[in-house]
Amino acid sequence: MSELPRRIAGLVLLLVALVLPLVLSDFWLQTGLFVMAMAIGAVGLTLLVGVAGQLSLGHAAFAAIGAYVYAWSTGEATTTVDGAGLPPMAGLVLAVVVSALVGAAFSPVAGRLRGIYLGLATLGLVFVVRHLLVNLDDWTGGFTGRSVEPFAVPGLSFSNRDPDYLAVAGVELEGLHRLWYLFLVLVLVACWLAGNLRTGRTGRAWANIRDSETAAAAMGIGVARAKASVFVVSSAYAGLAGAMLALAYGRIAPDVFSLTTSIDFLVMIVLGGLGSVAGAVVGALFVTALPLVLAQYSSALPFLASPGSGGLDPSTASRIAYGLAIIAVLLFLRGGLAGAAGRLRRRAGRGPSPSPAGPPPPGAAPAEPAPATPGSPHDVGHPAAVTPARSKETTR
Amino acid sequence: MSYFLEQVLNGLSYGLVLSLVAAGFAIVFTSTGVLNFAHGSVVLLGAYLVAVLHPTIGFWPALLVAMAGAALVGVAINTLLVRHLADPNPGTAAILMLGVDIVLLTELTRRIGNQVLTLGAPWGASVVSVGEVSLPTGRVVAAAVTVVAFAVLWYLFSRTDLGVGMRAAAADGPTASLMGIRLTRTAATGWALAGVLAAVAGIFLTSFPAPGVAPTVALSALAAIPAWVLGGFDSVPGAIVGGLLIGLTSALVTGYESDLHGVLGTGFGEVAPYVVMIIVLLVRPSGLLGSKEAVRV
Repeated sequence: MSELPRRIAGLVLLLVALVLPLVLSDFWLQTGLFVMAMAIGAVGLTLLVGVAGQLSLGHAAFAAIGAYVYAWSTGEATTTVDGAGLPPMAGLVLAVVVSALVGAAFSPVAGRLRGIYLGLATLGLVFVVRHLLVNLDDWTGGFTGRSVEPFAVPGLSFSNRDPDYLAVAGVELEGLHRLWYLFLVLVLVACWLAGNLRTGRTGRAWANIRDSETAAAAMGIGVARAKASVFVVSSAYAGLAGAMLALAYGRIAPDVFSLTTSIDFLVMIVLGGLGSVAGAVVGALFVTALPLVLAQYSSALPFLASPGSGGLDPSTASRIAYGLAIIAVLLFLRGGLAGAAGRLRRRAGRGPSPSPAGPPPPGAAPAEPAPATPGSPHDVGHPAAVTPARSKETTR
Repeated sequence: MSYFLEQVLNGLSYGLVLSLVAAGFAIVFTSTGVLNFAHGSVVLLGAYLVAVLHPTIGFWPALLVAMAGAALVGVAINTLLVRHLADPNPGTAAILMLGVDIVLLTELTRRIGNQVLTLGAPWGASVVSVGEVSLPTGRVVAAAVTVVAFAVLWYLFSRTDLGVGMRAAAADGPTASLMGIRLTRTAATGWALAGVLAAVAGIFLTSFPAPGVAPTVALSALAAIPAWVLGGFDSVPGAIVGGLLIGLTSALVTGYESDLHGVLGTGFGEVAPYVVMIIVLLVRPSGLLGSKEAVRV
């Protein structure tokens, strides 16, 4: 399968993303902003969970740190909340750096624990950070949160003012439009960087640790160091995602970054396919947009009731839908949407293959995440497949 | 002094309830290697079944039905979902359980709505007083029931063929299988046991002094995760120790919140278990009583 069709598809997608804001309404623009912010967080998490095999339930905690660092460093000090009044660009960089540093500070834990054990430790982080957000109210505004300064570079503010009127092809570019283009650039850079990290030396070391720590150590990879490094990278991504969420919301509160948000990030990367950058973006699109869109169009959908009436309201429906989606993907789609797409492409590329159900040839598609175990799908029903002996081996 | 004693007793009795939940986590983990994030929802399911059924069939029959129902749900999750994972490993299994949790919890939340259902427990909101120290009757019953439950578990695991088989399967699945132990059966037993424990814990987590059956119970059952981790991932006695420690910690921190407020901020009682968990994981990654994995790199 040549690279050309993929490049063309990517170019078309990019063009669509560039033109879309010119025709979309504010609701769809806002949805798009949330999707792009969450996508960056999901890309960071897929490096940690998918590539390096370390479960994290604390992603929302790092997003919270990024969001609040941005809000605090760019905000002006008022009577209720503190603020450093830095330029927004510095605030954004600071948000990423501080999140990465907090991730590094957690690395004594992150470097020693593996797999689901790390997941449990990071579960604690969400609660600790939430506690801090509520109690350090001089900086965070406590329960009610604080408002967020719009992003700006010299000469251009990403809000409705300064310049007051900016238009392309007769469409006025308001704050939402400007943020859309900013976020698009950030998403592209983040995905490009993540893709390079994954296929490069670092990413191969991470994947090696996922498959076997002992083997990785034998090949000369510093296991604790590599695990700490992937944790730091994913924290930085989460911090950026948090700052972008803060910009998209315009106001942040501790409830935005609850355990549910952490789980949402996990759901995105599982649906998209663990370890796949494009999959993470698609997962973010599905998980973020579905509840918003269902809520917006609930009156038009006959099976949905209005919230509070006891029937199936939009947020309930979308939660059940993606709960079921996770279960379905994990049971039937090995490798999530990205894995399924890869299999489809291979089948299309090979034409009528003599053994379509056979294991994929190793190295058939270098950009693909290596399937963890290319075994026959028929042996998964065997109870021994989930016994602890097996589990210890795979978490190792 | 009596205030201190009251807080300690409160903490220990609450800790015993937590250890019931934690034991459920430990049993499921040892028998199938699954980190059961849906356990909180099963706890809520048990309490919900009792709350819905007790007006018609009475409290004790309702409790029996709830135990059977929770056990059945656990077994169903294992046979229908966990065993059919496309890519079975602890990570995907944990995420699968998150998915199950979302579905189960959302549906229960929708059914419960904004109401707080009453449990109809015979001990109601009464209080037992000995000298100056008083404790909710529900907590006293909980402590007694938990002790009995763990005695039964001990008997099961050390004196019956089924229990010994479960331990063998946990220690070395393939070998146990070759020795004629049916892993499907031990796994199903583990999930059923966890379900029963969850339903029992659900009763005590929702009766006085808790307001009643509300969706937040599933979240408070998550507080048993630190207890489980503290005790050791594969240890049922560890779950008791962990539960007691966590119960004690959160009761004391909550009880003396006014004194600690300046240092730790409000609401630290809810966070304390997780702080303790992170510290323990840092010092002893396999918990207090858990078996160490012999891996050195």
